[in-house]
Amino acid sequence: MFTYYLDLALRSLKRNRVLTALMVIAIAVGIGASMTTLTVMHLLSGDPLPNKSGTLFYAQVDADPTRTGDNIEPLDMMDYHSAVDLWSAHRADRQTLIVDSDIKLLAPDVNLPPLMGTMLSTTVDFFPMFDVPFQYGGSWTAQDDAKHARVAVISADLNAKLFGGAASVGRTLRLRDTDVRIVGVLKPWRPSPQFYTVRGGRFAHGDTADFYARPEDVITPFTSGLEINDGNFQSFTCWHIPDQPGHLINAPCAWVGLWVELGSATKVSDYRHFLAGYAAQQKALGRFTHADNTRLRELMQWLDFNGVVPSDVCLQMWLAFAFLAICLFNTVGLLLAKFLRRSGEIGVRRALGASRAAVFAQCLVEAGLIGLLGGIGGWLLTMAGLWLVRRQPTAYADLAHLDVSMFLTTFVLAVVVSLLAGALPALRASRVAPGLQLKTL
Amino acid sequence: MQIQPILAALRKHRLATLLIVLEIALACAVLCNACFLIANRLGMMQLVSGVDESSLAFIRLTGYDDKITADLNARVLAGLRAIPGMQSVSVINTVPFAQQRGASGITTDAAGQHFGGVVDFYTGAPGSIEELGLRVVAGQRPQADDYRSFSNFLPTDARVLVTQSLAEHLWPGADPLGREFWMDKYHFRVMGVLAHLAVARPGGRGANSADWSVFVPVQAGSSLGGSYLLRADPANLPRVLREAHAVVTKVAPDTVLDRDESRTVSALRHTWFQRDRTMTGMLLGVIVALLLVTALGIVGLASFWVQQRRRQIGIRRAIGATRADILRYFQTENFLIVSGGIALGMALAFGLNLLLMTHYELPRLPLYYLPIGALALWALGQLAVLGPALRAAAVPPVVATRSV
Repeated sequence: MFTYYLDLALRSLKRNRVLTALMVIAIAVGIGASMTTLTVMHLLSGDPLPNKSGTLFYAQVDADPTRTGDNIEPLDMMDYHSAVDLWSAHRADRQTLIVDSDIKLLAPDVNLPPLMGTMLSTTVDFFPMFDVPFQYGGSWTAQDDAKHARVAVISADLNAKLFGGAASVGRTLRLRDTDVRIVGVLKPWRPSPQFYTVRGGRFAHGDTADFYARPEDVITPFTSGLEINDGNFQSFTCWHIPDQPGHLINAPCAWVGLWVELGSATKVSDYRHFLAGYAAQQKALGRFTHADNTRLRELMQWLDFNGVVPSDVCLQMWLAFAFLAICLFNTVGLLLAKFLRRSGEIGVRRALGASRAAVFAQCLVEAGLIGLLGGIGGWLLTMAGLWLVRRQPTAYADLAHLDVSMFLTTFVLAVVVSLLAGALPALRASRVAPGLQLKTL
Repeated sequence: MQIQPILAALRKHRLATLLIVLEIALACAVLCNACFLIANRLGMMQLVSGVDESSLAFIRLTGYDDKITADLNARVLAGLRAIPGMQSVSVINTVPFAQQRGASGITTDAAGQHFGGVVDFYTGAPGSIEELGLRVVAGQRPQADDYRSFSNFLPTDARVLVTQSLAEHLWPGADPLGREFWMDKYHFRVMGVLAHLAVARPGGRGANSADWSVFVPVQAGSSLGGSYLLRADPANLPRVLREAHAVVTKVAPDTVLDRDESRTVSALRHTWFQRDRTMTGMLLGVIVALLLVTALGIVGLASFWVQQRRRQIGIRRAIGATRADILRYFQTENFLIVSGGIALGMALAFGLNLLLMTHYELPRLPLYYLPIGALALWALGQLAVLGPALRAAAVPPVVATRSV
């Protein structure tokens, strides 16, 4: 029966090509617009570490003694002493410190001019905690952290730029004036967003595209990085002006992030107690004024709190769906016209014994077919839309690709939309009174 | 033209009428708000930076040590000044639309209790204020001894110029000249008021604070250097900038030229507003597609009704109705339907605006958008229905006597 209805639907669509084309184009444009924006949304709002984001937490304490009022969120980063104290306590399964800065890079044995790059200074747990993939070599050791070793891990991008993608483990890289030995090269690694440096989203007024930048060019041990690039560090904020710009170790500034990995719920609540205990102790020492103001947010909570998805992307998505709704109303109207124009034919079918359900099914098949055709058009328009997104000068432009799930969603959405649009007209058509129609024939 | 029979006929097609009314209502709501969003973005893009953008370019060097800044400044300034066509060069920390360099919160009391907002500090060496083309509307320009040398972030005590917009925010309705403000232990006294000087990232901290800047006259030295303001005739500027790139790589080979920032101020402005331009383009695209889809919907349904009513039209023509009567019938019918859609759409437009106001920093939709949106939709409806209505008017009276 289905194939027969399909045949009928094809005939009916061919009978009025203009009307069919109008409906297919309306659905295709609506689907194209909404799937383009939905794909961008899907890519930007996804979980960067789906397997373990539930065990990763971002710790915050309120180190700013100058702030008045109680219900204020603690600063997004910590001062050097709080961060290092909490890190060296080693109370979590894994813990890592995060500081990023700009630095001059040069490969002494490669004939290229120096370039400015980004450097992440972190501790050895960074790599296993965030599942960072290596192409060559591996991470440094915990001793390297302690010894302030002059070693570095570089990104695939930088390896391609400086060494043409060769296995560059053991080669020398000059960071500012210091030579470091490369111990590892990452595989192309592009977390979306670059979650471990996300902060300050609530002050960004929705302009958060830079959270989707590529990971840093160079990763060095925390202790070494702070020495190599001393004087060039940027603070998240300072409650007093530091005496020496860019040198933040003893400065009244928040500039270090702390991530911890906690494997179970008990460990999480233990760590919360530990944080609170630390803050209370610091208050007793007179360093903190807001001891009870600590936070331990799960990775996804932290991303939500920072509103990582740029507000323009949300706005575009809602706009596209409003447009799809208009296309839907349009299709309902046109389908209604199309089905009721065939009232006579439907009357004959009903008089010959077809049930209302059969007429309803026949109409829905036709609507579904329009949806499928619209889906193909919508898929092509989505590809075009994503191509346009990729040409934008935004940090996330290179991420905009259609994955399998979104490809399937395109067609599912198209067919569901057209079935929704077809339901009401089909119901109307199935209620055509056969007697009345036969009389007018 | 009697409206009664039209309403009676529409009552027979309640569902189709309702659909088209809803479609128009939604279109009206989206249209009004999309236009308003476009107007907002365009308003942002028209921002007056207060500087002579077309004659200015910026050069930024990185990757050198603070100790050599003074020497670097001397080498680079000498090199840049030798470029033919260069009108002037001075040292400044940043320019509007380049990276933000001196943003900080200020207070209007020494104890730091009365927060005045986050402002951009521009630190400029002698000559830079004239080179930028800043207009001083009250007070005076900095004199030679106002340019202080400093070693950290800013001079600890300075006479500064603030923008009108910042002065009005800090001291509403009062004369800002001679007023003081603080940033931690740094003290500032207002010596002059600038007409405009946009912050480096206008809109980045909200639309209201786009012009909250302070110009601090300073001497170039270890804490200010590596970034230079170039001025040339707009016609020469691209060439001068190209040569400037070549000069700095020659005179300061061990530094890194920041190519993203070392561009003309107009180019920096263009890049800064790229996001708004994209959004405006997308909104325009949606508006066009929306109007097109709505029009097609009206055409489709009107054609269906015309075909359905061929006999009735024939009968009306046979008993004396003119073509103009038939034409006017369909036009009036469309007008009524669109009017219904607009009435509902205005309420929806306001609802949508309230939603946008809570999620985006958008002001209230001005009332005049509604009649403009209504006029646009009425015009669209009349245009869309014209084709089917003309076809209806062309139905010959003889149809009445034929059976199907």
